[in-house]
Amino acid sequence: MAVGKEIRNQIKSIKNTQKITSAMEMVAASKMRKAQDAMQLGKPYATNIRNVVGHIANANPEYKHEYMGERPAKRVGFIVISTDRGLCGGLNINLFKATVGAMKTWHDQGVGADLCTIGAKGGSFFNNFGGTVVASVRNIGERPAVADVIGAVKVMLDAYQSQKIDRLFLVGNEFVNTMTQKPTVHQLLPLQPSDEAEFKHHWDYLYEPAPKELLDGLLTRYIESLVYQAVVENHACEQAARMIAMKNATDNAGELIGELQLVYNKARQAAITQELSEIVGGAAAV
Amino acid sequence: MAMTMHCEIASSEARLFSGRVESLVCTGTLGDMGILPGHAPLLSALIPGPVRLVTQDGQEQIYYVSGGYVEVQPGVVNILADTAIRADDMDEVAAEQAKRDVEEAIANRSAEFEYSRAASQLAEAVAQIRTLQQLRRKLGS
Repeated sequence: MAVGKEIRNQIKSIKNTQKITSAMEMVAASKMRKAQDAMQLGKPYATNIRNVVGHIANANPEYKHEYMGERPAKRVGFIVISTDRGLCGGLNINLFKATVGAMKTWHDQGVGADLCTIGAKGGSFFNNFGGTVVASVRNIGERPAVADVIGAVKVMLDAYQSQKIDRLFLVGNEFVNTMTQKPTVHQLLPLQPSDEAEFKHHWDYLYEPAPKELLDGLLTRYIESLVYQAVVENHACEQAARMIAMKNATDNAGELIGELQLVYNKARQAAITQELSEIVGGAAAV
Repeated sequence: MAMTMHCEIASSEARLFSGRVESLVCTGTLGDMGILPGHAPLLSALIPGPVRLVTQDGQEQIYYVSGGYVEVQPGVVNILADTAIRADDMDEVAAEQAKRDVEEAIANRSAEFEYSRAASQLAEAVAQIRTLQQLRRKLGS
């Protein structure tokens, strides 16, 4: 029967798409669980190093590190963490909006911004959008390693040390829960002393070797660990966002199939009715 | 029972050890150092080497760290281990790589960036068509 061939083809193609999106949803769900585990694994290190840095900041060592002192902002830096792949809903766009918003606030005060992008999407967005991208890392993959972010972070830290930038911000998605990911802008440099009571004390460490070398390395590690944590968290966000996006796509495809099926059935019924009435009409004429 | 202190060995990618120990020996930049409970607050850099510790029940465990830091407070030892092998010149190479990626991306603009722009335009067009279809359905029915 020739009726509704186009509609049938369309239904078939939508069904194929639905199969793909539902498979992607399941893949993302299992990857999300792994990414969340990875997020937990890094927590102890991050907490410990934050405590150590918190102690140092309040212990007033004889050597004051340049990462700790405020200076007037003439130019700021952003480390923007995005995903490598698309199909994850509005995750990246929301993040870029937050970045552009923060950049604009500084721009209104006559302060320019340098960007360092981690993830392919950020790189291409800011190249199109017209930001000054000074460093970029892409293709980090499923299991981010600290080694992946060292280079990018070093570029920004060097820029801070040579006074090319006076503030450094980290922009990344915060994993609130599976349904919600919140873009956040967080200041890395200068380090903001924490007000937590446990750090209000007057003892100081013995430093071995000298405080300067030690703090240089330790603070670099601290910044790297923050960036690394954010990368891992963003990865979990990516998978969660993709899972939701694919779930919506699957649901929409189902809806579309239902509608098309209805149209198809109507057309078929109409054709049958018409054929019947033609037969009856033909028989009556004889 | 011997005095113990809390010890935690963590790298940014995983926690390696957490528990109470009687003593710990690690390799600082100035040589091996042993830490017992009640040690004065100390912060030291570590070079690649083994960390030897004796746990509460008297068992000896050995971990390898490829550098990092050790923080000591009277009842606590924290080892912040590096996972990546670090050297200044290697960091420099990584930084150069990150800068080069940008330059290459700008040089190859025509390929990848045009694609992503086209993809976003396509998505926009599809959304417009969908809206039109819905409008038509609403008006038609």
